[in-house]
Amino acid sequence: MQAFISEYGSQILEKSGQHLYISAIALVLGILVAVPAGIALTRADKMASPIINVVSALQTIPSLALLTLMLPIFGIGRTPAIIALFIYSLLPILRNTYLGMSNVNDEYRDVAKGMGMSNVQSILQVELPIALPTIMAGIHLSAIYVISWATLASYIGAGGLGDLIFSGLYNYQPDLIFAGTIPVTIIALIVDFLLTKLEQKMTPKAFILEEKQQSSQIEQEEAQRRER
Amino acid sequence: MSGFIEFQNVAKVYNGSKVAVENVDLSFEKGEFICFIGTSGSGKTTLMRMINRMNTPTSGKVMVDNQDVANLNPVELRRRIGYVIQSIGLMPHMTIRENITLVQRLLKVDEATREQTANKMIDLVELPREMLDRYPFELSGGQQQRIGVVRALAADQDIILMDEPFGALDPITREALQDLIKNLQEKLGKTVVFVTHDMDEALKLASQLVVMSHGHVVQADTPENVLRHPANEFVEELIGEERLLQSKPDNTTVGEIMIPSAVTIHSDRSLSDAITMMKERRVDSLIVTNNDGILQGIVDIQNLNRMRSKASSVGDIMVDVPFVHETDYLKHTLQKILNLGLKVVPVVDKTQHVVGLLTRSSLVDLVYDTIWGTDMNADAADDAGALGSTAMKEV
Repeated sequence: MQAFISEYGSQILEKSGQHLYISAIALVLGILVAVPAGIALTRADKMASPIINVVSALQTIPSLALLTLMLPIFGIGRTPAIIALFIYSLLPILRNTYLGMSNVNDEYRDVAKGMGMSNVQSILQVELPIALPTIMAGIHLSAIYVISWATLASYIGAGGLGDLIFSGLYNYQPDLIFAGTIPVTIIALIVDFLLTKLEQKMTPKAFILEEKQQSSQIEQEEAQRRER
Repeated sequence: MSGFIEFQNVAKVYNGSKVAVENVDLSFEKGEFICFIGTSGSGKTTLMRMINRMNTPTSGKVMVDNQDVANLNPVELRRRIGYVIQSIGLMPHMTIRENITLVQRLLKVDEATREQTANKMIDLVELPREMLDRYPFELSGGQQQRIGVVRALAADQDIILMDEPFGALDPITREALQDLIKNLQEKLGKTVVFVTHDMDEALKLASQLVVMSHGHVVQADTPENVLRHPANEFVEELIGEERLLQSKPDNTTVGEIMIPSAVTIHSDRSLSDAITMMKERRVDSLIVTNNDGILQGIVDIQNLNRMRSKASSVGDIMVDVPFVHETDYLKHTLQKILNLGLKVVPVVDKTQHVVGLLTRSSLVDLVYDTIWGTDMNADAADDAGALGSTAMKEV
């Protein structure tokens, strides 16, 4: 075990770094494109369903196929991998942003406008805060997808923990496979944990309080029922 | 003639054919309480929302304070006009304080002033200041709508638009909020445009009533005139037969039936002056005023007789007395006078000067005449019957 770690330890760290780097860039690009696009779609409702359909169609392309499709255009290496992962990250974020924003009750939009908010103020101060929990859920989902799919990026020479897994598979070295899969799992779990924390932090305090109140009410009702 | 809010030949047509409103010419003065009333789809909300450019007319002009709203920046215009909707629309993620001071934040008012406003507004609607830190979901519907109302007042706007604001509330809360808004409107001198389909509400609140049907203004006048002279059958139907009948006593003011020659005495006069005056004028009570004729209280023969050895001036022995304004409607005061069992009620003008008085006998004719009066007699008869039967059982 010790021998294994001294032999592969630095490699695992390096590959984890690459893995995180690819995933993070793809995700950040995804957020930068999909959140504003999702908001824009709520202002151009007729465009919404065709565009969401197109993005959904992109999502159905098998990941390996999409990665290989990138090769003739962008060559091999990190760039095509990041672009492919970015395309995958779009859908959950776009869909949730659009849904979250269009589920904001019209009355709030009406009041915001009627009280003298500009379109931008209405979005930033009213609609986004209310839609934030839904949008964050989309980002969360994308992040986990991207981290797991980034292992395949090794096929087109992007590096990452996929390198360890595939060389383990080709050389019949199970310990190398574990050296790749265990860090990927750990990264996914840690990111999941951090994003859950972030979601809680970004959800407006009122919604958390309201949820607490509702759940305590339900508990009380159940307790009363049991007493009877 | 140019009013504070004016509609000039306004029309709104959707898709080139569907008429929402048409041929609207209206003019309102500052400080009016304007009620748009009509069935749903009559265009009343459409018309109201043109004032803050939430809707734009397809033809004609809407003028506010002699400016065509079409030439004003819509965002700035809306910040000058309070806005309350039926579903209240408090921002769920903002505290009550943040909700109340929303427009002030948009206007970049400094924080100290905003804090003052928040405190002032929550006091105005008689809710505890701790509530400022709560969120809308923690308040009841009535409390939320109170906040909705003061949110529209917080930036000190001259005009408040209200779109059926009390429709979703229970009758008791609704009545309390109607009193509140009417009170605030009079106290603060705001111009309110209020959309409703409830005739009781409109008659209670409005100083100008606009009756709408199918996109047209059917009648625009004071509530009294609409009640007395409904423009057509539609208006009559909307008012309802019962209210038309009731409207006769409803529109009588205290001033019309009061006895204009009240026997008054200055509070610094002596008790012997008072008793002499009573003897001369053949009355058993005197209304006490100060030197400017402003109401102070009342003395009657009973307390004069009892206190004559202990006091010297009328001011020492007078007692407080409930009074009514000459412009009050009898409908509101009659019940009060009868319930309190008052023999004499002084009538004052706006400046508290005594202008006359009401006695129980001056109410007799009225009670006798009105339907309301017969209803009350019937109630009284029922009560008597009930008493009679219990008495019989006891025997």
